[in-house]
Amino acid sequence: MKPLEVEDAVVEYRVPGRARVRAVAGVSLDVAAGEVLGLVGESGCGKSSLGRAIVGLNPLDSGRILIDGRPLAPLGRRARPVADRAVQMVFQDPYSSLNPRRRVGRQIRDAITGGNGSARVGELLESVGLPASSASRFPHQFSGGQRQRIAIARALASEPRVIVADEPVSALDASTRLHVAGLLSETATSRGVALLMISHDLSGLRVIAHRIAVMYFGRIVELGPTDAVWSDPRHPYTRTLIGAIPRLGRDAQMPAEPGRRETVAVSDEDARLVECAPGHFVAAEALVAS
Amino acid sequence: MNTTEKALDAVDPIAAARGRRWMPGWRLPAAWRRPLAVVGLVIVAFWAIVIVFAPLIAPYDPLAQDSPRFLPPSPAHLFGTDGVGRDVLSRVVYGAQISIPIAVMLVVLSLIVGATVGAVAGYFGGTVDAVLMRIVDLFFAFPAIILAMAVSAALGPSLINAVLAIVVVSWPSYARVTRSLVLGLRDSNFIAASRLIGASSARTLGRDIAPNILGPIAVISTLELGNAILLLSGLSYLGLGAVPPAPEWGAMVSEGSRVFYNYWVALFPGLAILSVVLAFNFIGDSLRDALDPRTSRAVQAMEL
Amino acid sequence: MSLLEIRDLRLALGGRNLVDGVDITVGKGEVVGLAGESGSGKTLTALTALGFVPSGATATGEVVFDGRDVLTLRGRDLRALRGDRVAVVFQDPMTALHPMLTIERQLTEHQRVHRSLSRSQARERAIELLDRVRIPDPHLAIKSYPHRFSGGMRQRIAIASALACEPELLIADEVTTALDVTVQAGILRLLDSLRTELDMAMLFITHDLAVMNVTTDRLYVMRAGRVVESGRTRDVLADPQHEYTRSLVDALPDTEVTA
Repeated sequence: MKPLEVEDAVVEYRVPGRARVRAVAGVSLDVAAGEVLGLVGESGCGKSSLGRAIVGLNPLDSGRILIDGRPLAPLGRRARPVADRAVQMVFQDPYSSLNPRRRVGRQIRDAITGGNGSARVGELLESVGLPASSASRFPHQFSGGQRQRIAIARALASEPRVIVADEPVSALDASTRLHVAGLLSETATSRGVALLMISHDLSGLRVIAHRIAVMYFGRIVELGPTDAVWSDPRHPYTRTLIGAIPRLGRDAQMPAEPGRRETVAVSDEDARLVECAPGHFVAAEALVAS
Repeated sequence: MNTTEKALDAVDPIAAARGRRWMPGWRLPAAWRRPLAVVGLVIVAFWAIVIVFAPLIAPYDPLAQDSPRFLPPSPAHLFGTDGVGRDVLSRVVYGAQISIPIAVMLVVLSLIVGATVGAVAGYFGGTVDAVLMRIVDLFFAFPAIILAMAVSAALGPSLINAVLAIVVVSWPSYARVTRSLVLGLRDSNFIAASRLIGASSARTLGRDIAPNILGPIAVISTLELGNAILLLSGLSYLGLGAVPPAPEWGAMVSEGSRVFYNYWVALFPGLAILSVVLAFNFIGDSLRDALDPRTSRAVQAMEL
Repeated sequence: MSLLEIRDLRLALGGRNLVDGVDITVGKGEVVGLAGESGSGKTLTALTALGFVPSGATATGEVVFDGRDVLTLRGRDLRALRGDRVAVVFQDPMTALHPMLTIERQLTEHQRVHRSLSRSQARERAIELLDRVRIPDPHLAIKSYPHRFSGGMRQRIAIASALACEPELLIADEVTTALDVTVQAGILRLLDSLRTELDMAMLFITHDLAVMNVTTDRLYVMRAGRVVESGRTRDVLADPQHEYTRSLVDALPDTEVTA
């Protein structure tokens, strides 16, 4: 039983006057304790909708989210039950994820139950590389990277079993991205937390994720250990994604121009993930071609 | 203008902010706006002193009818006397004790009722929102002064009833404003984060949302203070507010307008009303500019 | 002679030197990169090529474009430069595009006024421009509004509008930063082919060194308003001499393919 198990998650949006749109079209995945699963995809693929559903911010239209085997209920009008607080989120935008009018320490403290709050807040801040004295400051006194560290400290304060990080470093300067991503990954794995790291940046995920899941138009098309997916991509979309990344190095070529993206409706049979190598899964449709 | 020029405009917010219009067709240079706030504050401070030290400032008892009637302004009576021989200056001074604090109380009460309704509607949405907003719409459908008159007349002319009438009329605008402020914040990430940690709705409203809407609400309130005084004066003018012989400014203007050739009887209380309304408007405008993210972040935008 | 020569440029605002003594040259048809983090002054430096100095700032030094110092230009001369000989595209295509005007209007208004084209000539031109930036079905696209297009498409349209008068120099400021990597690949290839077709020079600003590596011939690395290193792009990035450049390169995940 893993900390996070997603079974056939479906999230739909209803636009008045048009057919329903499936942002998440039947996704199953799991993350073990201390593991980092990187979820990669481009805008509109549904990765954020999936992330929000896993945390409970949006309800699922079908399927289940299991936290340590227990189904998670979406956030309702009432205060979130204690057991559900085991899933926390780190958001993309460092500027809107902290309350601008409250001191940073207070915001972290809210997540701590039991006594000795201030000491815990200090510890958490230090574990993300900030001095304990930061607790008395306001968010605007920190840089973007520092704010994300505070957000990570807050997420950790609830002692979660699962953390969903939705593009946590995309809004930061390139030079701080690796530091913050690395920090998130280290603190999560050292505490045995299951980390689902959502990103559009495959290069960045390559450094910190143990496994990678590639998402395309609402479904997972490839899933496997990071090195395997990177060096032996089996799905055409994964290959396109990798080919489009600009490289450093003297011999780097201009990234390949991808063909037009097709919104082809895929049958459930073709969307099914099939194991093509140990631990490496790809959607059945990709097997037909090769 | 080509797209390159448009892009450059977008990139230079300071220039764009400077050209902002204060009134249609008239550009007030930004540098002028701050002094107005100072003027406003000075006027408010002045009246605050008058309110506190009224007995020391007023030369006469505001209710005493000892002097000759309708004396024009003179060294003995700087603002003249009214139709029953009362010193206008003293009445204006003591009138401040009535008009201004009452106006403040009006705003506070309307704010409490309106903001609560608006926040609940905005935060919970759905049927709660629909029902509450229809009630707000209902109140908006009536012209303010008519409704105030109706309520006031029904309750009977007195200051308290005038206050109640005006609260009934004013709370809906606070409700609308608060609702839209809350709607703007409700889906923010920090609110989501707070709820994920386990904050209840009450907690979220009080701790996360409230501090973030105080700014704009403060701006609205200062601007509404001017309105409140005018409404109060209007009701008194119509005989529905303060009961004579209370020296309420609106009532004084009412009385004075019937003898307009003795201009001083209406003029001075009228000027007093004007000064307070202007003062609060200046302060409200400057507060709004100070809180405007465009101008205060214009300097941050220089991070190019 | 170079197309653009920035000599000892300094921009001061509020007591701070936002740009602090910068020398940059761009040759005809060359793609030159400006790298650096936010606040390094790279955008401000590039925008001086348009004669743009932010309100309240004082500029010293020279920005010589085709023989003339653009910092001294005013009025009609300045307008003749902007959008005609030097154009700019920013990260957000909506900085240049008006949300309430059709694409046709935005691509042609300037031309109809300044080049006296008739309505149908201008429309043909607009379709041609959209085609050039690979927008599908351009005769339908011109009738639409910006919000109907995806981010990548809007950026192509912004590029099309910047190209309307066939500028000699295009300033591209973080034009692909907000785009998906596959969309970015398309835009980079587009800019590359346009550069060859039009013999257009580019001043390419980005903080992304990998993009810099595949797009530019030479680069300048800026920090706190100064140039700390410059040279041929592949040389500088493969073997950085300045410690700041090295720290920027080291901060990147290793994107070399281990084949």
